[in-house]
Amino acid sequence: MNLMSGVEQEAAVNQAIEPSIKMRGEKVSVFYGDKQALFDVDLDIPECQVMALIGPSGCGKSTFLRCLNRMNDTIDICRVSGNIQLDNEDIYAPHVDVVELRARVGMVFQKPNPFPKSIFENVAYGPRIHGLTKDRTDLEEVVTTSLQRAGLFEEVKDRLDEPGTGLSGGQQQRLCIARAIAVSPEVILMDEPCSALDPIATAIVEELIAELRENYTIVIVTHSMQQAARVSQKTAMFHLGNLVEVDETDTMFTNPKSQKTQDYITGRYG
Amino acid sequence: MTEYLPLLMLAVAAIVYFAGRSRSMAVVGGEISRLHSRPAYHGGYVAIWTVLPALVVHALWSVSSGSVINGMVTSRFADELSALNVPEVEAFLRDARAIAFGGIVGFRDATKEAAAEVFTSLQATSNILLIGILIVLIGVGFYYSFVRVSAQLRSRHTVERVITWTLLACSAVAILTTIGIVLSLVFETFRFFQRVPFFDFLFGTHWSPQSAFEGAGREALAGDNSKIFGAIPLFAGTFLITFIAIIVAAPIGLMSAIYLSDYAGPRFRAVAKPLLEILAGIPTVVYGFFAALTIAPAFRGFGESIGLSVSSESALAAGLVMGIMIIPFVSSLSDDVINAVPQSLRDGSAGLGATKSETIRKVVLPAALPGIVSAILLAISRAVGETMIVVMAAGLAANLTINPLEAVTTVTVQIVTLLVGDQEFDSAKTLAAFALGFVLFCVTLALNVVALAVVNKYREQYD
Amino acid sequence: MTDISQPDAFRLTKELARERRQAQINKRFAAETRFKYLGLGAVALAVAFLGLLLSTVVFQGLPAFAYHYVKMPIAFGGIKAGTDPKTVDYDTLYKDAVKEVLPFASGRKDRRVARGLFSAGSVILLQRQANETPELLGTEGDVYIPVSDFTDLYLKELVAKNDVSRPSVSLTISKADSGYILTAPAGTFGRAISDVRQAIGDRAEAQFRELSSLRKNLAEQARIAGSSSAEAVVQKAKEATEALSSQVERKQAGYDALIARQTASEINEKMDAILPSLLVHAAGGTFKATMLSSGKVEAVALVPPSAEGFTGAGVAAGDWTLRTIKVAESNRKFSDKEVAMIEKLRSEDRIERRWNSIFFGYGASREPEMAGVWGAVVGSFFTMLVTLAIAFPLGVSSAIYLEEFAPKNRITQLIEVNINNLAAVPSIVFGLLGLAVFLNWFSMPRSAPLVGGAVLALMTLPTIIIASRAALKAVPPSIREAALGVGASRIQAVFHHVLPLAMPGILTGTIIGMAQALGETAPLLMIGMVAFIVDVPGSFTDPATVLPVQIFMWADFPEPLFQQKTAAAILILLGFLVIMNAIAVLLRKRFERRW
Repeated sequence: MNLMSGVEQEAAVNQAIEPSIKMRGEKVSVFYGDKQALFDVDLDIPECQVMALIGPSGCGKSTFLRCLNRMNDTIDICRVSGNIQLDNEDIYAPHVDVVELRARVGMVFQKPNPFPKSIFENVAYGPRIHGLTKDRTDLEEVVTTSLQRAGLFEEVKDRLDEPGTGLSGGQQQRLCIARAIAVSPEVILMDEPCSALDPIATAIVEELIAELRENYTIVIVTHSMQQAARVSQKTAMFHLGNLVEVDETDTMFTNPKSQKTQDYITGRYG
Repeated sequence: MTEYLPLLMLAVAAIVYFAGRSRSMAVVGGEISRLHSRPAYHGGYVAIWTVLPALVVHALWSVSSGSVINGMVTSRFADELSALNVPEVEAFLRDARAIAFGGIVGFRDATKEAAAEVFTSLQATSNILLIGILIVLIGVGFYYSFVRVSAQLRSRHTVERVITWTLLACSAVAILTTIGIVLSLVFETFRFFQRVPFFDFLFGTHWSPQSAFEGAGREALAGDNSKIFGAIPLFAGTFLITFIAIIVAAPIGLMSAIYLSDYAGPRFRAVAKPLLEILAGIPTVVYGFFAALTIAPAFRGFGESIGLSVSSESALAAGLVMGIMIIPFVSSLSDDVINAVPQSLRDGSAGLGATKSETIRKVVLPAALPGIVSAILLAISRAVGETMIVVMAAGLAANLTINPLEAVTTVTVQIVTLLVGDQEFDSAKTLAAFALGFVLFCVTLALNVVALAVVNKYREQYD
Repeated sequence: MTDISQPDAFRLTKELARERRQAQINKRFAAETRFKYLGLGAVALAVAFLGLLLSTVVFQGLPAFAYHYVKMPIAFGGIKAGTDPKTVDYDTLYKDAVKEVLPFASGRKDRRVARGLFSAGSVILLQRQANETPELLGTEGDVYIPVSDFTDLYLKELVAKNDVSRPSVSLTISKADSGYILTAPAGTFGRAISDVRQAIGDRAEAQFRELSSLRKNLAEQARIAGSSSAEAVVQKAKEATEALSSQVERKQAGYDALIARQTASEINEKMDAILPSLLVHAAGGTFKATMLSSGKVEAVALVPPSAEGFTGAGVAAGDWTLRTIKVAESNRKFSDKEVAMIEKLRSEDRIERRWNSIFFGYGASREPEMAGVWGAVVGSFFTMLVTLAIAFPLGVSSAIYLEEFAPKNRITQLIEVNINNLAAVPSIVFGLLGLAVFLNWFSMPRSAPLVGGAVLALMTLPTIIIASRAALKAVPPSIREAALGVGASRIQAVFHHVLPLAMPGILTGTIIGMAQALGETAPLLMIGMVAFIVDVPGSFTDPATVLPVQIFMWADFPEPLFQQKTAAAILILLGFLVIMNAIAVLLRKRFERRW
């Protein structure tokens, strides 16, 4: 794996087309109390691409994702070691504050979790707490833009005052995406964003992810190999807390290097 | 001595239980597997048949014999009593009973002595009659059930049916209690409103029941009586003290709950939470002592030192201490509702880069608002019904004021004041206490019903 | 995705967002810290209230657990053994004993003071002791008699606090016309003098305050007299001015005199009743200073010196003591004479601090030192017994019915709602129920534990039902199914399997409900358990009171000793509650089961 990242770094230097590294994890280990959940993971996340994290349940992919914006901090017994960088800065360094970090690295959760507020207030929440807009017009502009980018604006523009919890599941998830991009993050983490959605809503969200790639670096955890293949450029395969393999998605799904990956993507286990 | 008969009957039950049990074993010659029901059930069967009817008769007898005997005495002394009104007849009977059976006698006279003799003899007759009936019932019941014990007898069914019915009867007690409360309050309140007009009571602003004129010629003064039962000052006083209590308890309780659930480490929580619960376990009379002998004098002294006149029974002292008392109440209820807000909402907010306090203030609290409102409603209901703190630390004079440094009185204080000490049960003063009690009951009931409805609705939202 | 908004519209770029976030961040963190400390402050405040409450009770209550007794040489030895205790004249015995221990208290006034040092209930107590142990008659020996309430407060240093010193110089005592003259090297009484001067200074200060307020009044009146045009007003103001100015003059003179006294170079203070007291214990007597100077004291004897002590020669250093009481005699309830007498008894080892057996063994009394808590404890015990006997079976039975047998229909729902609401009905309403139903309809006895217990049982019932239902619900259905599966009836399944498993939870709930009932006061006031009852109750129908009601009644009495006893009774009540809750916690810890 060190070899992998070395190769990639080289490629980044040599070829201008190759995207630069947005986030980098080095020897990331996570412990829940005495139990180790992640073992020395090294993973680079390229800018403005979609990286998919796949692997069977309990393999540590969600744990890794939650390390990237320090959502694990909320769990008392959780301890993280190793080094995670965002634009070459250690995000676990003492002077870094999580508030700023999470504003830069947004997150969309497995289950849509709109706040019990109006649609408008849901999206305006982030800009408001971070003080991103100076007046009401700006705020409305940001909300509108975010909803447009999340592809939800047309559906809800007449009922921005209605509670966000009244939307359908797929709409709720897109509302959560709009809420995340309203604070202009650089990276968006998605933890199985479609697992609670029906196939049609899933398709819409996947389409949205593809569009968002232009502006944002996206890391997505998914259970579905097909989804990983459809939306991501790069894929990382986790197993039992270890990073097994990381490669271009096309390569990984056609010609996996590791037997475990082969078994997993062909459905031997999962 | 008839009070101890049930114990005797239980002893009888134990004896016949063993009799029935051994008989059941005897009829199958020791082969218990031939019995339909286990021997213990046969024992129970016999015991139930023997004692249950007797117990029921005894209970009915105890409840009714008093008034029956009273009625017989009244009719026998009808001539002597004809000149007396209802409360005086009651007093007469009370004294006569006290002479006959011991107790505190108001004053004696020859008629009462005579009545006491009648009481004694009637009571003796009643006791003999009762014991006779009980013996017959026990005998017949035992004979009937004992001879029926056989291998085929389905005694388990009978016993279990009786047990089920007994359980049902026990759960009816809660209902009976409520009915008892409502009936006694409604009945006495109704009698009160016969003397004092409803609106004079509910909207009058003058309360001085101690000047109520009782006794001969009071009908002529009924109009005056109605003017001294204006309960508005009591409602205002109750409101003032409750308000102060909530001002103290709501922020402290709510902030404690937030701190303990979202900020405190497990060790801090393990210490602080039980400490708060201790506040809830301290008897209210202790709070009353604290309010009357520590807080109120301290406030008074402090007021004097800065040139304010603070009453030694100030609403502020009573309200503050009552607030302390309901802190744990608010905090534990708020803790419940705050924890009921799903973690996913907190995560969503944290994932956007909100600080903990922003998450709490802008997401958790608005989401938990209905629950918090109902917690505060329950706390209000608690404060309104609280008695000892205000009896000990608040005043007796019914001032209509909103100045928390003055003394005010409350509904509960007046109920206690009106009812403590010997009172004629029929006087307007006593009845006024029941009317106040009825108001109290209705208000707290309404608060609880609303609070429970709100909280149930809120639970559904997150289930 | 292409941006479709107008070109001049606000656009939030990542750079702008970052810049604006940075601008806000410190303010946000400050708010976060503020919020956190607000929460911590709330918890701290609540805990501080608890601490204040408990420490108040403990500090006030602990002293009442011990009491001072005096060993009285009651002449029981002079009575023939086997005499009927009822025929003995205890009053004379007691009076003689007092005479024996304080022989110098010969005048009528002194005798009254002497008797006032000891409990007013002494004679009754003697009588009671002799009745209980008739062997006492005919045997020699001292009898322990409680001191009076203020004597006890003095001995506990709660009133008339004093400083004692033992000067290392010798003292000469000589008799003078109106008392005694005590001489010692100059400076021996320096400390007392500075105390006295401070008291004079305090008085001067108070005078000064009065003076300035009078002056202000005067100026105001003078202004009215000068400015008003109405004849009558001017006249009135003039009169007031005159009266005031003479008052001011008098006050001024008093103030000047005090200042002169305070600053005089020659020290010779006349000790009046509003200055601190100086007592000298020497030669077996106690002298109270009437005129004080640096090395000489004119004094009167509160306790006359003994014949062998007062030889006219000097008293050696270390054989005499000085006692100053800063609070002036007129401002306290324990006079110098009483101090002198009780110190005399103390020097003879007649005073002893002992376990307050009266407080723990007796019922209520109007005399503060004779009042005990035992009657209330027994009353509480009987009441709780009744409550338990009614509430436990009823509560558990209803819980079993509702949880295991009741069909899920509207009636059961109604019962449930009803129980929940009943739990929130103010306790005083239960008192009204008890008054109306138990006392008036059923003519049950007033003030009896039977009725009190029944009322409290109805009040506790919802708590027990709710706790028991929770405990039954916690038993997994698999247990019931297993029992039913082997052919048990529903009743058997419940009584043999479910109930035993739920018992710890049910007991925990019951104990908590009982603890609630034990601390309850209001409903018992309604049914007359607030009566003044001296005797310890012997049965369920005797008039009785309970601990919380006793606390309520005592809290109303003005005597300081009653306040101590109130706090002590609270400590006992809290002690019972702690024990009950500890048992509940232990039960829960010991038998807690996770399925």
